[in-house]
Amino acid sequence: MITFERVTKIYPGSDEPAIDNVSFEVPEGEICVVIGPSGCCKTTLMRMINRLIPITSGIISIKGQNVAKMDVIELRRGIGYAIQQIGLFPHMTVYDNIATVPRLLKWDKKRIAARVDELLSLAGLEPDIFRFRYPRELSGGQAQRIGVVRALATDPPVMLMDEPFGAIDPINREVLQDEFLKIQAKVKKTIIFVTHDIHEAIKMGDKIALLEAGRLVQYDTPENLLVHPKNRFVKDFVGADRALKRLDLLKVKDAMMQNPVHCHMDDDAEVIAKHMKENQLTFLLVTDQNEKLKGYVNFYELKDHLGKVRDLVKPMTITVKPEQNLKEALSKMLSYDIGIVVAVDDDSRLKGVLNTRTLLSVVGDTYDERGGVWGKITQQGSISS
Amino acid sequence: MIDEVKPAGVGERMWMWIGIAVAFAGGAFVQQMGFFDFVRNNPGEIWKLLLEHIYLVGVSSAIAISIGVPTGILLTRGFMRRYRDGILNILGISQTVPSLAVIALSMTYIGIGPNTAIFALVIYGLLPIIRNSVAGLAGVDPVILDAGRGMGMNSRQLLFKVELPNAMYIILTGIRTSTVINVGTAAMSFLVGGGGLGDLIFTGIAMVDPAYMLAGAIPTACLAIFMNWAFGRVEKWIVSPGLVYH
Ligand SMILES: Nc1ncnc2c1ncn2[C@@H]1O[C@H](COP(=O)(O)OP(=O)(O)O)[C@@H](O)[C@H]1O
Ligand SMILES: [Mg+2]
Repeated sequence: MITFERVTKIYPGSDEPAIDNVSFEVPEGEICVVIGPSGCCKTTLMRMINRLIPITSGIISIKGQNVAKMDVIELRRGIGYAIQQIGLFPHMTVYDNIATVPRLLKWDKKRIAARVDELLSLAGLEPDIFRFRYPRELSGGQAQRIGVVRALATDPPVMLMDEPFGAIDPINREVLQDEFLKIQAKVKKTIIFVTHDIHEAIKMGDKIALLEAGRLVQYDTPENLLVHPKNRFVKDFVGADRALKRLDLLKVKDAMMQNPVHCHMDDDAEVIAKHMKENQLTFLLVTDQNEKLKGYVNFYELKDHLGKVRDLVKPMTITVKPEQNLKEALSKMLSYDIGIVVAVDDDSRLKGVLNTRTLLSVVGDTYDERGGVWGKITQQGSISS
Repeated sequence: MIDEVKPAGVGERMWMWIGIAVAFAGGAFVQQMGFFDFVRNNPGEIWKLLLEHIYLVGVSSAIAISIGVPTGILLTRGFMRRYRDGILNILGISQTVPSLAVIALSMTYIGIGPNTAIFALVIYGLLPIIRNSVAGLAGVDPVILDAGRGMGMNSRQLLFKVELPNAMYIILTGIRTSTVINVGTAAMSFLVGGGGLGDLIFTGIAMVDPAYMLAGAIPTACLAIFMNWAFGRVEKWIVSPGLVYH
């Protein structure tokens, strides 16, 4: 979709090339994160695409069309552009800011109004509250969201984002990253995303282009960058905690044990207790007939009970979603001091379990068959069915 | 968020009383000088000269604005930028020439009459407008220019939709300064036969008649204060509330 062919940029008055013979291709619908140390010409690389910076030699093309041959104004109107300093127009309301490119493209008023509301909702901002605010009446996070949705206004197939979440604190940045990925899953833009934060790169990137002083050192998937760093520079750049960084990358569903052993609300306590004893299970998950998680039972309470499992079920409040990343899951396990966390989908259906060992097994190479205090959890599925 | 609560405190009331007291004292003083009698006896004369004065200021300021703002814009465009400081310096030096000299010089070329006065007033009023237009436009945050360019604005759209609205406050301040100074300078038009309230002022000085002089000076001062106030209103109306100037 976006192709760089032997692209070189030499700033006037400089001998050293700023961008040195860079070639790579970003497939349609993917996020390509451009990363590297400060001053390695990431911004330069990005700004050559919409010709804010002229290139010295080589070809940059979008959908096979050489950008140098396109009308520069049309080229830019067709590319979403979001920058670190946000660049909202201070004299315009949020509405007018978002409406900028639609107006340049002469959309009619109704269409613009509808689109602005849609985008504000997408950004998680109530249109009736924010529509007519001025940028100075926004928090940093709100301004950044509006900066990003302004770039999305005309639904351009290509987006250029230069450290788009750089101006806000780490916690809000994570929130925005998550929201943006959700949006991207729907809109499937081809995105050049500049950052200097390796965590952000791993989280956001389908591909990562690592630059060192204007040279493309490695262009790879985040996974490969972590597992097979090409050279010393890459290794140092991604950091010594490469293994831990994979936690950012991997989802709960990649590491969880699927279809974990469990029982149903209406099972006989006696039968289940017997089964637990045989299998050395101390706790067991309980679902209803629709496989929705109801909680868990304790063997020592269950073993003398005459009746149904449902009488003794304790609710399970700490759960994760299969789409969350492992770092978030681990953080939940550590902060609640639980050795296991259950993954349920949006309808609270039981999807899998994750314990510290399975979790660590995907990042490290040690793997223990026994699953902590719960005893061994097998992939046996429902006992009663 | 932007609600400014301004309590009408003791301080404000005190100033109001001081203002009233000064007005009374001033009134008593000008009464002493025979000002009110003069005004009562010559309302038509004062009115005619005031209108002439407004005409001089209005025409010369309108011309100064329509030359000054575009010049300021041109001086901040890429191709002219290298002449910018030179031109501003020359204008700055010419501003140090006393207004009387400018008027006298224009007279030697154009002769006498209101046009000479207007020409001199335009020359004299140009600098604050050009200087503020340049300063306002050069001071626009480069980040929003980059954003505008990156979104596909052409240079004309960038100028009218981004640069001018953001520079407007500073440009208007230049226009306001220029016009208010112009109200005072226009009094000198009388010297080249341009008319205006200078007629009363200079005649009053020549005849050592304070009533005459005040009958020219007080309306001139009031006009200057009114223009200042009017531009304050215009500013509120034109400058976007998103810019934190008011
Ligand atoms: N317009 C320019 N003219 C000359 N040099 C520039 C220009 N823009 C950037 N540079 C230089 O290029 C280098 C890389 O800048 P940049 O692309 O902004 O780096 P990064 O975004 O990776 O921090 C810097 O050393 C900077 O000084
Ligand atoms: Mg940069």
